[in-house]
Amino acid sequence: MFGRLTWDAIPFHEPIPLITSLVVLLGVAAIAAWITKIKAWHYLWHEYITSTDHKKIGIMYIVMGLVMLVRGFADAIMMRAQQSLAIGASQGYLPPEHYNQIFSAHGTIMIFFVAMPLVIGFMNFVVPLQLGVRDVAFPTLNNVSFWLAASGALLVNLSLFIGEFSRAGWLGFPPLSEKAFSPGVGVDYYLVALQVSGVGTVLTGVNFVTTILKIRAPGMSYLRMPVFCWTALASNLLIIAAFPVLTVVLAELMLDRYLGFHFFTNDGGGNSMLYMNLIWVWGHPEVYILVLPAFGIYSEVASTFSGKPLFGYRSMVFATLAICIISFMVWLHHFFTMGAGGDINAVFGIASMIIGIPTGVKIYNWLFTMYGGRVRFTVPVHYLIGFMLTFVIGGLTGVLLAIPPVDFVVHNSLFLVAHFHQVIIGGVVFALMAGCTYWFPKAFGFTLHEGLGKAVFWCWFIGFHLAFMPLYVLGFWGATRRMQHIPDATWAPWLNIALVGAAIIGLGIVLTVVQLLYSIKTREQRRDVTGDPWDGRTLEWLTLSPPPHYNFAVLPDVHGEEAYWTRKQTAIKQDQLIDEPDYQPIEMPVNTPTGVIVAFFATVCGFAIIWYIWWLAILGLVGAFAIFVWYAWRDEHEHIIPVEEVRHNARERRRIRMEHLHTLSQSV
Amino acid sequence: MTAGTEAPMVGLTHLSSEDTGLGQRGPQSKSIVVPYGFWLFVLSDMVLFSALFATYASLVHATDGGPTTNQLFDRNLVAVETMALLLSSFVCGLAMITAKRGNMAWTQIWLVATGALGLVFLGIELHEFSSMIAEGAGPQRSAFLSSFFTLVGCHGAHVTAGLLWLGTMMAQIWNKGFKEHIMRRLLCFSVFWHALDIIWVAIFTIVYLIGTLP
Repeated sequence: MFGRLTWDAIPFHEPIPLITSLVVLLGVAAIAAWITKIKAWHYLWHEYITSTDHKKIGIMYIVMGLVMLVRGFADAIMMRAQQSLAIGASQGYLPPEHYNQIFSAHGTIMIFFVAMPLVIGFMNFVVPLQLGVRDVAFPTLNNVSFWLAASGALLVNLSLFIGEFSRAGWLGFPPLSEKAFSPGVGVDYYLVALQVSGVGTVLTGVNFVTTILKIRAPGMSYLRMPVFCWTALASNLLIIAAFPVLTVVLAELMLDRYLGFHFFTNDGGGNSMLYMNLIWVWGHPEVYILVLPAFGIYSEVASTFSGKPLFGYRSMVFATLAICIISFMVWLHHFFTMGAGGDINAVFGIASMIIGIPTGVKIYNWLFTMYGGRVRFTVPVHYLIGFMLTFVIGGLTGVLLAIPPVDFVVHNSLFLVAHFHQVIIGGVVFALMAGCTYWFPKAFGFTLHEGLGKAVFWCWFIGFHLAFMPLYVLGFWGATRRMQHIPDATWAPWLNIALVGAAIIGLGIVLTVVQLLYSIKTREQRRDVTGDPWDGRTLEWLTLSPPPHYNFAVLPDVHGEEAYWTRKQTAIKQDQLIDEPDYQPIEMPVNTPTGVIVAFFATVCGFAIIWYIWWLAILGLVGAFAIFVWYAWRDEHEHIIPVEEVRHNARERRRIRMEHLHTLSQSV
Repeated sequence: MTAGTEAPMVGLTHLSSEDTGLGQRGPQSKSIVVPYGFWLFVLSDMVLFSALFATYASLVHATDGGPTTNQLFDRNLVAVETMALLLSSFVCGLAMITAKRGNMAWTQIWLVATGALGLVFLGIELHEFSSMIAEGAGPQRSAFLSSFFTLVGCHGAHVTAGLLWLGTMMAQIWNKGFKEHIMRRLLCFSVFWHALDIIWVAIFTIVYLIGTLP
């Protein structure tokens, strides 16, 4: 009846997962009770859960990413604590089978359920606003994508309470991840969760490429798009080209595990190196799927807070597309030691180093954007400068690793761990923190507290360097990654420094929560009444904060690069806004519960497959098909916002803008 | 499709603008955007198949002492199968033409024929699979057979999904007539159905034709 699901799946005898589970369940129950108490379910259902508004979906992605960041960080601090405790005679507090689950969960969660939702969240919130339009190409599909990602995240977290998680690392390499060596449900949780969220990601890719190429404001030609939109385009092209390969390789591993196929097994002619190739054909572009939008955020920040147009806009676009293409030609550098031979290794080593060139172009562009500008040292600029310092070192250690002979020495060591954390934390996480501060007022109508924001930055910056610089040293000494026990007591001081660093990052995460709560409490002091708190240059700052559902009463007419800046300067010079346009009723997509229902069936079906509950899996599939037919039957896709409402809101915005304009004109 | 007479894209009515010379006069209409997005989806599907082809190419000789391509494949059977699928696509094209003319009876007839030919294709494929499994050449036998069953089976799964889609499309056309959004979906279906042909041509060549060379 319930497949392999028995009471043994609940970790009654293991205190750590059991207590964690209880705390999480209590937390969820407390939040649910609180929502019930303030009677917010109706609001949540209509304004967020079923919303097709790209801004709301973006916020949901970002909230999910931040919540999962806490989970992923909890795994990180447990690993650091274990490595500081389990030295010499001591075995620490985590047995190997538990430690292995933790490092696997940490990597899986941080990449798939922290970095990806945050990056996609920002693309959702920002891209349609910057393009000067009202929504993405397929708003309902967008909602479905989010809920599929949430379903994947839920399955990963379920593994904490019911059963176990994978012990085979964040990429589940065979033969370890094959049935013969990992018979439990851990790898199955990993595979099913990634398949479900991966489908959502591909749909996001299709949605955003269509949006950026086909839905832009009048006059917004390709070379007038803000750089963030360009990086989002490159990132989503990579999603379309790379994620189907992930789907295939994970499906093949599932066939091995569920039906006894021989893709990657040791017997039957299987080839585990085929898995390495396929997973890294996805895995390397994935790095750029994350980091390109991060570069886009830095570009926006650098230009806005330097009060200058971005230096070398066209070279920035070119560099983005160059990285987009070259990222597909370097995957083999993840396994130079496979034995492909000197020639092949040389080709991939050189290709990997070539990526440093467009990336270097970008660094110089940001520096020259700041050079000669009136730089305002706000929180996002702190992250920008912190990023450039950190990322350049991370990039240089990357170039070291791209030299095959060097890679033979340090591969699979803590040197590698330090390198990729340096580019991902220094590159992606810093950008996401900068983006949170930069676009927060646009989303909620007030800015975050500046002082606490700077404190968070310093925690991340100092904490990161303390946590990861020692790992370079240890890596050179021969410390391999993923060790549950440290045999050499002389490594202890460096591991302890790393633990202190991780604790400081933890303090930064706590301060982020404090910053958020304090900012909400004192929001009246930092209201963004004009919709343009940073003296911005791109179209999202043209509309109010938070923007109306339809973003723009009339789609802005774009003249030249920096659409909003040009328009603002003209208005200041003439001391008047453009003539009031002829307002018209607006058609907007209606809310839909499709996404939640699809995710419900995906979760049920996924859970059933993990536990071999076949009748439930079939029921889930039939249910999903029924929903598809039901959804396809609908005729009503849009509702009309009456012209009176549009005109009223637009006039209110013009009044606020006029007042603001007079203050600006007087100060010129 | 009648792009000219169609209402603009959801929520994206706009005023006229300068022409930048690249045709950026604001958001495209839904009759452009929907098929464009669907083409991108088909593209991602092609990438999916390319990974399956790569797997097959890597493992085709990993027979583990079991049967090889030459011992298993029957060109004649595959020829019939291929004809059924290609004809199905042709008939699907006829259905599109009659749908554009608003002829309900012939549209439904051609769509039934499309589905019937698809079923013939699937039937032959299932027959091939079951006889191979009966001979002990199932997907568990060797890495080569794992990759063969997955590649061809994945195409078959797409055809099955296409048939389910076809059924719902026929019901929608019957019930709602040739409305704009129904026509857009029909166009997407036909893109999907033709794309499966392209993939089949590659399977035919790489798996069956090369596999049965002497």
